Amino acid sequence: MTTQNIPDTAGDAIPDEMVTVQPPMVTGSEILIRTLEYEGVEVIFGHPGGAIITLYDELSRIQPSFKHILVRHEQGGTHAAEGYAKATGKVGVMLATSGPGATNTVTGIADAYMDSVPIVVITGQVPTHLIGNDAFQEADIVGITRTITKHNYLVRDVRDLSRVVREAFHIAQSGRPGPVLVDIPKDVLLAKAPLQIPERIEIRGYHVPMQPSKAKVQQAADMIMAASKPLLYVGGGCLFSGAAEELAELARKTQIPVTTTLHGIGAFPVTDELSLHMLGMHGTWYANQAVQHADLLIAVGARFDDRVTGKLESWAPHAKIIHMDIDPSCISKNVYVDCAVVGDVKMVLQELLPLVGKKDTSAWLGQITQWKQECPLDYDQDGLLRPQYILDLLWEKTKGDAVVITDVGQNQMWGAQFFKYVYPRTHITSGGLGTMGFSLPAAMGASFGQRTRPVVSINGDGGFLMNAQELGVISQYNLPVKIIIFNNNFLGMVRQWQELFHESRYSHTDLSGSNPDYVKLAEAFRIKGLYCENVADVQKTLDEAFAHDGPVLMEFKVVKEEMVFPMVPSGASTDEMITKRMTPDSFV
Amino acid sequence: MSTKTLTPQQIYRKKADGLPINPGDETLVQRHIISVLLENQSGSLNRVLNMFAARGFNLESVAVGETEDPSVSRLTLATSGNTKVIRQILRQLNRLVETLEVTDLNDADYVEREICLIRVRALAHQRSELRDTLEMFEGKVVDITPETLMFEVTGPTKKIKALIHVLGSYGVLDVARSGRVALARPLIHGD
Repeated sequence: MTTQNIPDTAGDAIPDEMVTVQPPMVTGSEILIRTLEYEGVEVIFGHPGGAIITLYDELSRIQPSFKHILVRHEQGGTHAAEGYAKATGKVGVMLATSGPGATNTVTGIADAYMDSVPIVVITGQVPTHLIGNDAFQEADIVGITRTITKHNYLVRDVRDLSRVVREAFHIAQSGRPGPVLVDIPKDVLLAKAPLQIPERIEIRGYHVPMQPSKAKVQQAADMIMAASKPLLYVGGGCLFSGAAEELAELARKTQIPVTTTLHGIGAFPVTDELSLHMLGMHGTWYANQAVQHADLLIAVGARFDDRVTGKLESWAPHAKIIHMDIDPSCISKNVYVDCAVVGDVKMVLQELLPLVGKKDTSAWLGQITQWKQECPLDYDQDGLLRPQYILDLLWEKTKGDAVVITDVGQNQMWGAQFFKYVYPRTHITSGGLGTMGFSLPAAMGASFGQRTRPVVSINGDGGFLMNAQELGVISQYNLPVKIIIFNNNFLGMVRQWQELFHESRYSHTDLSGSNPDYVKLAEAFRIKGLYCENVADVQKTLDEAFAHDGPVLMEFKVVKEEMVFPMVPSGASTDEMITKRMTPDSFV
Repeated sequence: MSTKTLTPQQIYRKKADGLPINPGDETLVQRHIISVLLENQSGSLNRVLNMFAARGFNLESVAVGETEDPSVSRLTLATSGNTKVIRQILRQLNRLVETLEVTDLNDADYVEREICLIRVRALAHQRSELRDTLEMFEGKVVDITPETLMFEVTGPTKKIKALIHVLGSYGVLDVARSGRVALARPLIHGD
């Protein structure tokens, strides 16, 4: 293995003839910090504790080139690392102590695994001689996270530490991205070793397919040119590979309409004529109609998730399928595909573009326009305050030039449907795992990652409380996050299912009488709080929030029993989409 | 689709996944032997087994041991499923960072062996009959007490199962099986 000699820690100039001299002996903690610097890390989120106290000691002594942000809960920190990664495309880093610190990161790790987010989680561990003894604050975090990480490590020898951390970063961000956990016992952080950071990383069992097979790309091109009702079905993979431009070029060149998954939002402007917006359970009716009638689906970095397909058997019954993805295990996992192109989506599209030409899809596009007119996304405009209206005004205010981070539930679906995303990486949400409490910490992470666009955190009253402690960080750093809470005093999405499928028995979803005063909650953290309960004041509230130079929490008291439509009931066929409220018996 | 008739595309997908086309058709489930070369590190076997459990894949037997290269171990897995399931098992195995090579031995000819120790009740008057049976299975007696015999037998799993079945009438007291190990036969020119 090639190694690099690192100048001594004091940063003194070293004469040339000295460079071959044995590198200085430093602690495991310093090796870790130097390797993070080598990886170009700019910010890490963390919370100290007994097993990593020595690392924090070195952090204060060394003053590294990256910033450390003290989070208020390790789950919040892990989501912050995700938000940072999703907003910037770089690896997010979370640091936690052993035992409870480590187990608190589990939800964030599982979230990152489901949504392919590149994060590295570093956990402290009890000293090696105590492992397995039920020591104080011991948890087998490597065992616990084995099926929710792309890979994980327990470092038993300080001489492996730098290599392992570099491998962790490599694995997290290459191929289909994902979380990697590195567990470091206290004695390894204390042990001394020469500071040698390996320059090259080679992992013999890990190969990422990048370049697609030429024959497969040609086959895809032939299928595209032969189809008369083609549809692009675009997922998060398109954004990870930075292929939004190539996608737009393909759509416009061939005149093929585009629908995206929840995570594909932002890959293609919703405002474009060729856009059908989102498909699936709460996608548009017209996107789902297009899927059911298409004769060719071109899946670009998408995984045929059950929230997209509904009942698999009856999904896209006439469509041949082309699937472009970097992860071979995604191919034909849920739906058997006719043409699989394994590789980096950007490279696949670049090779495909010269092989396709203009197509006459006017009849198909005409049909789609008709569907769009037949059942557009809309909501009642009856003077009552509805979340969709707030999102309409938010869009008008920002014209899509904002990073919108939604939580999970109704707010997430409205946030996807009614804000018109036009730029990549402006829509962040917890899709696969569906983690309530994701939005606020992820918005905080996104805000540390980028300041060119305003960051908006959209929440329901229920999910917001699950990680509300991170208001502390937002206040401490005066992060300009605009927090929106749609307060309907309900766990809204569960309530919606209870109304539709459980005869309106609102079992444990009513929060009226127990919810806090959210404005006062914000003020307790020295954050500006605004309250709005009628349609006439929405614009004023948004204006005031965006004019304020710092964080603002806006509580909107919205209609209690608003529903998310359209909707494919769980497990039903995409053809059985409900487009408006009916009486409960219609669904029995 | 509300209609029960499948489109040609739906039939094509079902066939490719080994799923029944008409109601009443059986799902085609096949046994597969999968050979995996794995980094010989603590936790890597665990990672493979966890993946099977987490994804609900069936695992009939596992045998693991070091190869000629001490940094690599060979894992022989016996599993079963329809085409779709086997395809997923192979891909999910390949996806693990610590797997170096994954081979579905059903794709070619292979040799499969298992070793089994069987302790059986054996009274004096039954012993010669038992020894005859054992001879047919090319087994060995490896332990003897006044009431019992212990046999060692090696062979494909079918043979082991057959012997256990035959010995059933004498009273099988204990069985220890190694799980299958298998290696592909090299392709002979002209195959």
